[in-house]
Amino acid sequence: MIVARTGNEAMAEAMRQINPDVVAAYPITPATEVVQLFSKFVHDGLVDTEFVPVESEHSACSACCGASAAGVRVMTSTSSQGLALMHEILFIAAGLRLPIAICLVNRSLSSPINIHCDHSDTLASRDAGWLQIYTENVQEAYDTTIQLVKIAEQALLPGIVSTDAFIISHGMERVELLDDKEVPKFLGERKVEYSLLDVDNPITIGGLDLQDYFYEHKRSEIDAMDHVLPIIEKVQKEFGDKFGRYYSTVDEYKMDDAEVAIMAMGSTGGTAKVAVERMREKGKKVGLVRCRVYRPFPEKAMLKALTKVKVLGIMDRSDTLSTLGGHLYNDARSILYESDARPLIKNYIYGLGGRDISIEEIETIYEELFDIQKSGKVDKNIVYFGVRGE
Amino acid sequence: MKKEKKGWKDLPIGLVLEAGTCKDFETGDWRSEKPIWDSEKCTHCLICWIYCPDSCITVKDGKIQGIDYKHCKGCGICAEECPPKIKAITMVREEK
Repeated sequence: MIVARTGNEAMAEAMRQINPDVVAAYPITPATEVVQLFSKFVHDGLVDTEFVPVESEHSACSACCGASAAGVRVMTSTSSQGLALMHEILFIAAGLRLPIAICLVNRSLSSPINIHCDHSDTLASRDAGWLQIYTENVQEAYDTTIQLVKIAEQALLPGIVSTDAFIISHGMERVELLDDKEVPKFLGERKVEYSLLDVDNPITIGGLDLQDYFYEHKRSEIDAMDHVLPIIEKVQKEFGDKFGRYYSTVDEYKMDDAEVAIMAMGSTGGTAKVAVERMREKGKKVGLVRCRVYRPFPEKAMLKALTKVKVLGIMDRSDTLSTLGGHLYNDARSILYESDARPLIKNYIYGLGGRDISIEEIETIYEELFDIQKSGKVDKNIVYFGVRGE
Repeated sequence: MKKEKKGWKDLPIGLVLEAGTCKDFETGDWRSEKPIWDSEKCTHCLICWIYCPDSCITVKDGKIQGIDYKHCKGCGICAEECPPKIKAITMVREEK
């Protein structure tokens, strides 16, 4: 069915079709609509979900942990400060290997207080052990929400699927929805080896773990992350084979003959694709590498994509505040260290607090990358693109 | 003989253990003060049993039998909650 939906509406629609057993959530701009619409589905009897309207995101994530430990399908939604308030519990969910899917809207972390898009919220939770998938448009957000539930339950790890605040969350687009019956069929039942509510087979979960076993449990959690990529690839392929829309961990666009390329995440991928078209109309061979799956980092696929070009502009809608630039920039430089082909790299921090990024601006970045190609050197490795007074 | 500890590959996924493992973890040696129960004074009202956070008051057929010193951390809640007119539990300094 082809409809017009915003990112939030599409994610809520996906949640309705997934029909999770438990949703515990607290509203926060710009993700409020996701659970607001979902709570209406609950009220109207369109889902069987136990909906828990908790008093904070800390409680939302905690309730999700309990429900997931009971062995059921669990989802929630949040953004920015809400995710920050969940921070403590994020690590617990991942460490206890509890699959939970969060429909997240990327919004700047305060301060200064702001409600618009950058990726500082999810990137601040980068090391919590959650899967992170950043989407480019409403269709991808809808499709990935469904995929993530399956991926998380197979990997026994929690995950986040995100959209860019307002750009995708409130932007209305053409979306192809799946048939209501197809979604539960695609997901199947969640299979568990144990349940916290199985009183006939009681278990201890989350026990005190000191010097003698903590490290072994952590090592096992790290190992789980090492095995997620094949699961993601398998689920993406199953989804594509069944519904005709294929996704990959790394989204390459016109990279095969590209001389220079941009690497980016989220909705900027879509803007950059139009810039690529325009540049190519002028005969300039440019490409785009969009990082769709960010955690775990798809090292092999990313290395293959990035080493296709001689000059790379890495666009980060975040800064690590470490004097070392943005998150993607650091990951890219890290994986390229052992590589024979090391492109010249320039880091463009951009779009913080929802500062708009236009097609024309991305074209100027491509032009600058060609200048770097010509001169063979990068004058300044990290630049703050689009900020006044630079 | 020293018990062989498991490597990470042999652990159950997700920090799941069998139930009731607290009994294997003897917290009695955390104690600096020890509750002494006087069976003569005790009226078996079971208030201490209700309040003990570590289930260390042992009870059989509604009668208090004593204190599980293997697990009692010496918090003193039992002595505090024992009715003032009875005072069947007193805290004494733990001697080595």
